[in-house]
Amino acid sequence: MSALRVSGLAVDLGGRRVLTDVDLTVDRGELVGLIGPNGAGKTTLLRGLMGLVRPRAGVVVVEGGQPGYVPQRHEFAWDFPISVENVVMTGRTGRLGLLRRPGAGDWRAVSEALERVRMTDLRTRPVGELSGGQRQRVLLARALALRPSVLLLDEPFTGLDMPTQELLSDLLLSLAGEHAVLTTTHDLPGALHTCDRLVLLNRTVVAAGTPDELRDERPWVDTFGVGAGSPLLKILKAG
Amino acid sequence: MSPPDFLHDLLNPDLAFLPKALLVAVMSSIVCGVVGCYVVLRGMAFIGDAVAHAVFPGLAVAFAVSGNLILGGTLAGVLTAVLVAVFSQNRRLREDSVIGVFFVAAFALGIVVISRTPGYAGSLQQFLFGSITGIPDEDLLTVAVMGVAVLGVVFGLHKEFVAVTLDREMARAMGLRVFWLDVVLYVLVTLAVVISVQTIGNILVLALLVTPAATARLLTDRLAVMMLLAPVVGGLCALVGLYVSWSWDFPTGGTIVLVLTAVFLATWALAPRHGLLARGLVRRRSARV
Repeated sequence: MSALRVSGLAVDLGGRRVLTDVDLTVDRGELVGLIGPNGAGKTTLLRGLMGLVRPRAGVVVVEGGQPGYVPQRHEFAWDFPISVENVVMTGRTGRLGLLRRPGAGDWRAVSEALERVRMTDLRTRPVGELSGGQRQRVLLARALALRPSVLLLDEPFTGLDMPTQELLSDLLLSLAGEHAVLTTTHDLPGALHTCDRLVLLNRTVVAAGTPDELRDERPWVDTFGVGAGSPLLKILKAG
Repeated sequence: MSPPDFLHDLLNPDLAFLPKALLVAVMSSIVCGVVGCYVVLRGMAFIGDAVAHAVFPGLAVAFAVSGNLILGGTLAGVLTAVLVAVFSQNRRLREDSVIGVFFVAAFALGIVVISRTPGYAGSLQQFLFGSITGIPDEDLLTVAVMGVAVLGVVFGLHKEFVAVTLDREMARAMGLRVFWLDVVLYVLVTLAVVISVQTIGNILVLALLVTPAATARLLTDRLAVMMLLAPVVGGLCALVGLYVSWSWDFPTGGTIVLVLTAVFLATWALAPRHGLLARGLVRRRSARV
């Protein structure tokens, strides 16, 4: 059975239908790229899966409870005086509950999460002093601190340079060994190269499949509304 | 006046109001220092200002009906804070606009109420700028109990406040009651303001919330250290400020704030890692290499 199963999902925002009839599955061991233009509803879909917006219709089944969520980097207060390991521990705040302090088991989960994103050396560093790639890995570790089955990432590659993007996609691939990973991205070449499957989204799922299965231009034209001469389609042919 | 003379005055039974004022000033500075760390880190200075002003109509009503000032101030401050939290849920208006509407309205209400009270001019000045005389004995106990309660709640909800400040969306996804945590924090700011208003005054109390925490932030990148340093800075400055104001017959609230400001400026210039001097030295060293 898939770690993440979505069927017939519909979400309204401010009285407007943003997502209609979304069907989607992600298995453990899979890295799935969620691709679509701005305003297609990618972030809304992730927020719906996290229970941050209440769906109008549809079913979301997540193995092992709450998915791990990595929001866009600018959502986080990077000027806060806090160390890397304490940020990762905040990922367990909800689990801990009121008036409870972290115990040995919580710290084990934190150091394990830091190990997996290769940030153990920097665990006492104030987060304000980290580079963009390191910050992304801290947010990833925070999501891993609850040991979720499913990981949802919102544009993790945006604003990172090429070498950092490559390191991050290697990391995501290695995490996909154990987790079901769904990530939104605007980096088409990277997604075609790295992801096991792609989901093209514009208000609903236009097409889904392995990069090889999505060689045809048609669903891309429909998703992005681009013309025949678009560089996007050239990327597709080159890939 | 030398420090031993000041100590002598503190112990003089004819000047019994002086040690009381000192205790209240130091206790409220400590509480404000701790709560102020959240105010500074969340960029809530405007909310602090708003709550400080919003306390005023409560004080005015309590004064007019000869009720308990602390109770009146708390009610008015909490009511305004909750109104701001509720109206801020409307996405069409930004929070600072909502605050701008309510805190001036509250202050205006206070002025209208107090103008109806006979002999208001003197008490108005006392509310706005603070006074060290006329603190009733029972206020000492009230301030102590409320201070301990505020610090207890801060300690109990610390990890939740940190999570909400770092990333609201994530806090919500973890199942934290973000709205209620906001309300509780506003109420804590209100209580910290109310217990301070007596000595330092309505207008200057913002300095107790913001300046010690801002000073502490310049000195450390660790939240725990910041939350210890801020109350120490606030408490010491209250002590020194009261001493200076007593020696030279300066107004107490204003003197405490000026001492705080001097410490802030000195820290800004001399802080070990991020201060002006330290950064200058680093630049010269790297220029030489």
